Amino acid sequence: MTHAAPTKLPEPAILVRDLTKRFGAEVAVDGISFTVRAGAVTGLLGGNGAGKTTTISMLLGLLLPTSGIVRVLGHDMVTDRHGALPRMNFSSPYVDLPGRLTVRENLTVYAHLYGVDGVAARIKVLAEDLDITGLLKKPYNKLSAGQKTRVALAKALINQPALLLLDEPTASLDPDTGDWIRSYLKSYQDRTGATIFLASHNMAEVERLCDDVLVMRAGRIHDHGTPRALIDRYGRRTLEEVFLDIARGHDRRTTHAVRDEGTPPPPSAPPADPATGTGTEAGE
Amino acid sequence: MTPGVSARRVGAIILRHVYLMRSSPVRVIEMAYWPTVQMIMWGFISQFFLTHSDWLVQAAGALVSAVLLWDVVFRGNLGLSLSFLEEMWSRNLGHLFVSPLRPYEHVIALTLMSLLRTLIGITPAALLAIVFYEVNIFDMGLPLLAFFSNLLVMGWVVGLGVSAMVLRFGLGAESLAWVFVFAFAPLSGIYYPISTLPDWLQPVAWALPAAHVFEGMRGVLFDGVFHMGHFAAAVGLNVVYFSGTVALFLWVFHLARQRGQLLNMGE
Repeated sequence: MTHAAPTKLPEPAILVRDLTKRFGAEVAVDGISFTVRAGAVTGLLGGNGAGKTTTISMLLGLLLPTSGIVRVLGHDMVTDRHGALPRMNFSSPYVDLPGRLTVRENLTVYAHLYGVDGVAARIKVLAEDLDITGLLKKPYNKLSAGQKTRVALAKALINQPALLLLDEPTASLDPDTGDWIRSYLKSYQDRTGATIFLASHNMAEVERLCDDVLVMRAGRIHDHGTPRALIDRYGRRTLEEVFLDIARGHDRRTTHAVRDEGTPPPPSAPPADPATGTGTEAGE
Repeated sequence: MTPGVSARRVGAIILRHVYLMRSSPVRVIEMAYWPTVQMIMWGFISQFFLTHSDWLVQAAGALVSAVLLWDVVFRGNLGLSLSFLEEMWSRNLGHLFVSPLRPYEHVIALTLMSLLRTLIGITPAALLAIVFYEVNIFDMGLPLLAFFSNLLVMGWVVGLGVSAMVLRFGLGAESLAWVFVFAFAPLSGIYYPISTLPDWLQPVAWALPAAHVFEGMRGVLFDGVFHMGHFAAAVGLNVVYFSGTVALFLWVFHLARQRGQLLNMGE
């Protein structure tokens, strides 16, 4: 959690304040606030319709908020998104690359869009890193789901982003490929110190990768903390069990906390996480 | 960050479409196929009319030239709108617009792709007209450049308008790319003078750049005169319509950001 500090803290990678998005009468995101520090890996959890994709779309500047503030890498994503876009990137299984273009052609196009220097060399390095050298001449639409995910990740890393936003990075992958992607993301973050913000339904993935977790429900940040802190707070063994409790409206947080600790955390201001000291600060 | 046009980003979008054309020779052949078929058909019609029409005898190449020039409007429209539709068919809009690409850079790239596609489509037909019918549209000289440019820009206006409709209403509106432009054909005086139209319809026709271009074309072919008035009117109308359509596209893009349509648009 972020606390008052005696010296000025560096600009957070993501700063969201009172962010709301309405589609007509429907409230998709309801006044959420959170901060992600630079270099953290943060997971965004929530059931279908919880508001994850809407939140990510606003972080990308693809969707305009109804109200509130969203700043990414120091830039307001409503008025100045092009200040941040060259230093961030995004991958989602729900957004494709042109299928008739080969992998190399796709990466070349995006390298130019991001103003990458030394395009051929950058593609070579990424292809070796992500084990897609043998795929470079293949059309994107001829690849398997696992291969497409690796290529999409290569596109997302083409500009060596300071902030990587990932929407379900291992959705519909077999366990082996999913594990490979998770290992790669972990090593990439260790090497570069990039900030990673990922939405996922895979709780094991979140437990393994994330320093901090935001749990959304009905458009609000329902809870947050490190994976370990959330598991402890709900008296569960896994994050998946915590997720199910929250998704089904069984808020064991209070009863468990009362029973074991006697200090239930207020829902609107979840307790600070002593495990990491910093990371993601959130509230509704 | 200072707004500006990045030639590299515009070039990247053009490169993406050149890669696409390179991957599918059939698409390139298709671009030239219809203009050529049209030219051949109207060439025979012209030959028939030459023996039955005193008017056409004065300028034997008028119909074939008209066919080729109208195809500039059609190809200009299709070249732009198809390049935009390609991004939607491939569900690539989300990736494009989380890159540093600006919407107006995308528009510039689409117009340049339209120019390329139009030249690929029209040039073979224009050359074959020389071989088949001894009609050399290039004999018009500089006025041809004036006609081509104005008709191409009118094609961009239609294509950008169609792209805005597709962005607003989704791929259900994609057939507009092929059919909408033909709404302007009867009023453009492609094969007949605007004076042929009913009096009440003529002011509507004169509001179209194409009407001035085709009237100007007949001036060059029949009288050997380039009418500056028609040229200036076509340029003026194109400036107004193109500016308006770019504004419309950028406004619809803004609406798409409000409605969250950019991330999930596609087939």
